[in-house]
Amino acid sequence: MKANSIRIWECIFVLAAVSYALRVLPLTLIRKPIQNRFVRSFLYYIPYATLSVMTVPAIFSVTSNPLAGIAALILAGLTAWFSSNLFLSAAVASIAVLIVQMLV
Amino acid sequence: MGRKQESLRRDGWRREFSEGVRDAVPIALGYFAVSFSLGIAAHLIGMTPVQGFFLSFLNNASAGEYAGISAIAEGTSLAALAVLILITNARYLLMSCALSQKLSPDVGILQRLVLAWGVTDELFGLGVSRKGYVQPSYLYGADVTALSCWAAGTVGGVIAGNVFPPAVVSALSASIFGMFLAVILPRGRKDRATLMVILSGFGLSSLFAAAPALNQISGNMRVILLTLVISAAAAVIRPVQEETAEAEIEQEKSEQKKPVREPLTARKTAGAA
Repeated sequence: MKANSIRIWECIFVLAAVSYALRVLPLTLIRKPIQNRFVRSFLYYIPYATLSVMTVPAIFSVTSNPLAGIAALILAGLTAWFSSNLFLSAAVASIAVLIVQMLV
Repeated sequence: MGRKQESLRRDGWRREFSEGVRDAVPIALGYFAVSFSLGIAAHLIGMTPVQGFFLSFLNNASAGEYAGISAIAEGTSLAALAVLILITNARYLLMSCALSQKLSPDVGILQRLVLAWGVTDELFGLGVSRKGYVQPSYLYGADVTALSCWAAGTVGGVIAGNVFPPAVVSALSASIFGMFLAVILPRGRKDRATLMVILSGFGLSSLFAAAPALNQISGNMRVILLTLVISAAAAVIRPVQEETAEAEIEQEKSEQKKPVREPLTARKTAGAA
């Protein structure tokens, strides 16, 4: 279904305003290092929790065949574990998916 | 002497910037592929290339933009749209909180206004994986590289429709997950508690996606809920030791201007009590 142009611009503005507010408020208001040990630990763990939750099971849906995602997870996971190289690990994930797509 | 310092400072800026560019290349590749398919969706609801550009340039959020695009097509009210994006992107609130701890207090308000624009899952991952304070110049390099591809991908998608074979698009979108893994796993290898957080993330997220009733929770809500629960649980069970967060030690040392560890530990214990 198509939406009219004015409505699209209104919606883009609302989406952008909320997205930016979420990002800018903590970054500008929290200027001093947080001393509370729980808060510091909580914030330390957040990226590891978020990124792992977002990777699995989403990686299995990269193609209609979950096998591609499983191969990508295992091979890129091993690459990341042993090399910690971002680009290599990303390339391995892509190549794994390409190869599985060609084979299956 | 002043000129020499100025040129040293500029070299440091340039070095950090180019490291940011280099580290963001795999992100940029994945972003282009994802935002390209986003552009196709935007095209289908009647967006022009210019609208597609601003949607991506101003939001920098794949899940949020997808949710927004479908809501626009469904005729959702602006208020409902605001709530939807608030929930979808709520994790950026948490990420910005965490990133604010990685910025030196010397970083001014104008720089923070710009840096806020670049808080995405992947770029945040890059920022927090830096040792000690992250330099704004590093983030600028990463933001410009990845987010220009993000905006360009959407424009390309709107204009061109489905140009790439689907097999290539799905392969490129897998690269983002490879990068996530490269951000989290090396830290997990060094620290048992972090590894448990990562494995809990994998396990609980799969459980929530598959189990009856739990799978009624939307993908983004799942991300928000599990992030809060797992991080809070880990913070209670294994509060971060100074050895664990080397970066944080460096921050504290530079604040205190003395390498003595004893008073630091004592103060922190007192603070937690």
